[in-house]
Amino acid sequence: MDDWRKDQELLVMEGRIKVPYRWFAGEVGTRYLESLRDAGKFLGTRCSKCDKVYHIPRRNCPECFEECSEWVELGSSGDLESYTIVRKHHPQLAPLPLPYGYGIIKLEGADTGFLHLLGEFDEKDLKVGARVEAVFSDAREGNILDVKYFRPVKGVE
Amino acid sequence: MEAVAIVGVGMTEIKRERKADGYPDLVYEATRAALDDAGMSIDQIDNVVTVSNDFFDGRTISSMAIMDACGSYDKNVTTVEGDGTFGAFFGLMRVLSGSYGTTLVCAHHKGSESQMPLITNAMFDPIFARSLGIESITSSALQARAYMAKYGVSEEQCALVSVKNHGNAFANPVAQLPLELTVEKVMSSPYIADPIKLLDCCPISDGASALILASEERANKITDKPVWIKGVAHCSSAYHLGDRNLYCVCALEEAAKKAYAMAGIGDPAKDIDLIELYDAFTYMEPMWLEGLGICERGEGGKLTESGKTALGGELPVNASGGCLSGNPVLVAGLNRIIECALQVRGDAGEHQVDGVKTALAHGINGPCGQSHCVWVLGGEK
Repeated sequence: MDDWRKDQELLVMEGRIKVPYRWFAGEVGTRYLESLRDAGKFLGTRCSKCDKVYHIPRRNCPECFEECSEWVELGSSGDLESYTIVRKHHPQLAPLPLPYGYGIIKLEGADTGFLHLLGEFDEKDLKVGARVEAVFSDAREGNILDVKYFRPVKGVE
Repeated sequence: MEAVAIVGVGMTEIKRERKADGYPDLVYEATRAALDDAGMSIDQIDNVVTVSNDFFDGRTISSMAIMDACGSYDKNVTTVEGDGTFGAFFGLMRVLSGSYGTTLVCAHHKGSESQMPLITNAMFDPIFARSLGIESITSSALQARAYMAKYGVSEEQCALVSVKNHGNAFANPVAQLPLELTVEKVMSSPYIADPIKLLDCCPISDGASALILASEERANKITDKPVWIKGVAHCSSAYHLGDRNLYCVCALEEAAKKAYAMAGIGDPAKDIDLIELYDAFTYMEPMWLEGLGICERGEGGKLTESGKTALGGELPVNASGGCLSGNPVLVAGLNRIIECALQVRGDAGEHQVDGVKTALAHGINGPCGQSHCVWVLGGEK
């Protein structure tokens, strides 16, 4: 085997799996994304037992295991629970020019954080607890990128 | 729990690219090594649990492609899609069911064949998160930041983990990436996603491993060096990152509590002699040590600084070099168990730690340690 391998470049087959998917946003997801698209408003759902408001909204409370039947309108700004500034990324994945950020944002009225992009920031303005606000896309299509990104609220410490 | 033992283990060398080996080649090498280690033939294996991920393999029902390589013809074989610690947990359950006297658990991974960020991006929700481009490194950066901001753990303290674990890897013949580092070198490596720098990250790896579990009756016939499973548990937390306080290791605390209760561990910092944990990124080591109750919440950075977790320290952590020195995903957790088993047997070679009676292995699944699996192993039943 070893002798044979001396002059032989090991072969590699290049390939790609191409499978279209249709992920259903469902009733809860559709109502949420429709509100982002048409009204520019974030919605959450409230647990009927513990009153916790979930953003992104969902049908049941994972803690109480009861229905989240009430819809709640949330503010479009909130506090940064964590953040990162991305310096290097796979070219197919980066939705914004580098460097851009990711943040976990607890919007006004919500009890859970929300993962989204950060843009239009001075690096010194990003810190845990900083106030950030949503910037909406000009052409909205009913998906999570209808929110362009969050940016620091000017003049707020 | 009835006594179940690890009676054989096998690991391939971990490399960035094992170009001469396809998946079945790696699985055969690991399975053969585990059988030889146990002194068993494939006929003595009653059932098989394989561990793989279809996205990584680029093949649906990826386990089916390695049936001939793990010797599972005419046997009951099933697959766990998740870290190897979870696959081994299922293998243990199959022995405990009483239906099987022995279980072979094998795991395989080739990070070299695909593109890691595209695969780890696909673990996120396709409606609400995937189009944001989040993946393993960027999500872990959010956790690292939350952890550091909450407790004041520093990047330098995390850099020490990189120095320690890459240094330990020199004594481990299967490790991919032994490196002579300093805190300064780690600190000056480029940021990928703040606060995570290049030398805070595990590498992309190829490898496979296998272990054999046996009931008490069978174990005593197979080997005079059984490694007994004293306690084991796994717990999970929320899928959506924003649902969790990312600095909180609640699921790990729960899993550890349950495993310690089974194993009769009162004070883990004293009762455990060695730990192999899933350090995909440097910050994870101090954080998981807190979750394991080795120190208080927020004290993991100081614990690393104290030298207690170093190879010559009181409680060596990742004496093998850890995942930072080679991270074939899924395989990596199984390797944590195997490393602990070798240490308990006294067979770890150059990185053998003196007097390991009780060892703890840990694995994670899901983004930012969504779920944790904790194993306590010992040489005495």
